[in-house]
Amino acid sequence: MKFTEEHEWLRREGDLVVVGITEHAARQLGDVVFVELPEPDTTVARGDEVSVIESVKAASDILAPMDGEIVEVNAALVENPALVNEDPMGDAWFFKMRPASMADLDDFMDEDDYREFIS
Amino acid sequence: MSALPGSDLKRTPLHALHLHLGARMVPFAGWEMPVQYAPGVLREHLHTRAAAGLFDVGHMGQVILRPRSGRIADAAAALERLVPADILGLPEGRQRYALFTDDSGGILDDLMVANRGDHLVLVVNAARTAQDLAHLEAHLSDLCTVEPLDRALIALQGPAAEAALAALVPGAEALRFMDVGTFRAGGDALWISRSGYTGEDGFEISIAADRALGFAGSLLARPEVQPAGLGARDSLRLEAGLPLWGSDIDTTTSPVEAGLGWAIPRVRRAGGGRAGGFPGAARILHELVNGAPRRLAGLLPEGRAPMRGGTPVFAGAAGGEAVGHVTSGGFGPSLDRPVAMGYLAAALAGPGTRLWGEVRGRRLPATVTTLPFRPNSYKR
Repeated sequence: MKFTEEHEWLRREGDLVVVGITEHAARQLGDVVFVELPEPDTTVARGDEVSVIESVKAASDILAPMDGEIVEVNAALVENPALVNEDPMGDAWFFKMRPASMADLDDFMDEDDYREFIS
Repeated sequence: MSALPGSDLKRTPLHALHLHLGARMVPFAGWEMPVQYAPGVLREHLHTRAAAGLFDVGHMGQVILRPRSGRIADAAAALERLVPADILGLPEGRQRYALFTDDSGGILDDLMVANRGDHLVLVVNAARTAQDLAHLEAHLSDLCTVEPLDRALIALQGPAAEAALAALVPGAEALRFMDVGTFRAGGDALWISRSGYTGEDGFEISIAADRALGFAGSLLARPEVQPAGLGARDSLRLEAGLPLWGSDIDTTTSPVEAGLGWAIPRVRRAGGGRAGGFPGAARILHELVNGAPRRLAGLLPEGRAPMRGGTPVFAGAAGGEAVGHVTSGGFGPSLDRPVAMGYLAAALAGPGTRLWGEVRGRRLPATVTTLPFRPNSYKR
């Protein structure tokens, strides 16, 4: 699993990358009450605001971590935004994307680097 | 109240308790305050509505206004120069909501005024305390001394607040909404009012700074009492339709625009025995009769997306100029839906009107509603 400086986790699944937010990010956000997901089959560029997450306190953007195409979104989050707090690293994935270049995944932090980044 | 090393944030007498409880501390109006504890805003909010929440509101300014003559009426008359409220008619042992207005009819601050027999006690917003003190000194020092207090202030709010407080302070249960009294408990002199900022029954307790930790600890030892931070305080007051100075009211909003005309009694209105005589009276008295061009109203967004402060509001799903804007908005945990309040053109501010808030470039429908969003449960 890889991690971005925007507190997203990336997990390779075949030729796809699954994207979610880290436990640290979920804790900082507090109780999530609303999630807006991207449209499937959307072409995105790294840094695009593709998803919105709102806690009781504030709204935050989720950025596309890589260039590529959104192929699937987790509709369960829209029904139950609290899943983000309950299982941020597992069931609460946001979307799956097909990156333009899987090699770009190497650019991101591994778990130890991320732990250091947030400490 | 001491300053943080290396910063100029002030600390309330309960600061150590917040750290002990694992609060997330944030800067707020010059103070280092708990925004939430471990359970989080949602649970703190719901616990307050179900049982009792304990809030540190020691950042708010507490001020004694003491008449130089010794006659309370002189202090009341002096304060009436600055607020369009009936302070002369405020009986001993009662508290009233009031507004400091400015010459253009805007709101300098909102405050509580209590008659404690030989003096008045004012509770003002933390962000406005310094300005309010200067304002009082400038306009009332001929008739009153203005004495800022460094007492702690604790709000205990929710349906279980009465029993929890009465267990420690017998007799407090006899207070009714907006009563104030002095109670003795364990050697402490507690100034208690039955009031708050949540829409719930509850109390605000002023206590000597060096006694506050012990008293708060005794309240928190009761299982029905849980600490609640500024985050829950904000979502609770939003559901209760209570405006926040700096968000919903400020010097650019008049009392009538803000829907606070109820706080201005007949005696201070045109034709009343003490009509006018406060800053901005010309505009405010005119608006009380003729209405204002815009009004603060509630908005219920139709979907799940919160409409935050600053969201522009439109009359249609596309095109047109904004007809208002949201001043406070978020998620209402007790209503399990987003709620917002904001200023709307008066013609569109009636309940039931369908409007659109523009969130991230998209127009989302919302229905105008009266405030509060849920009935308050004050014990009158």
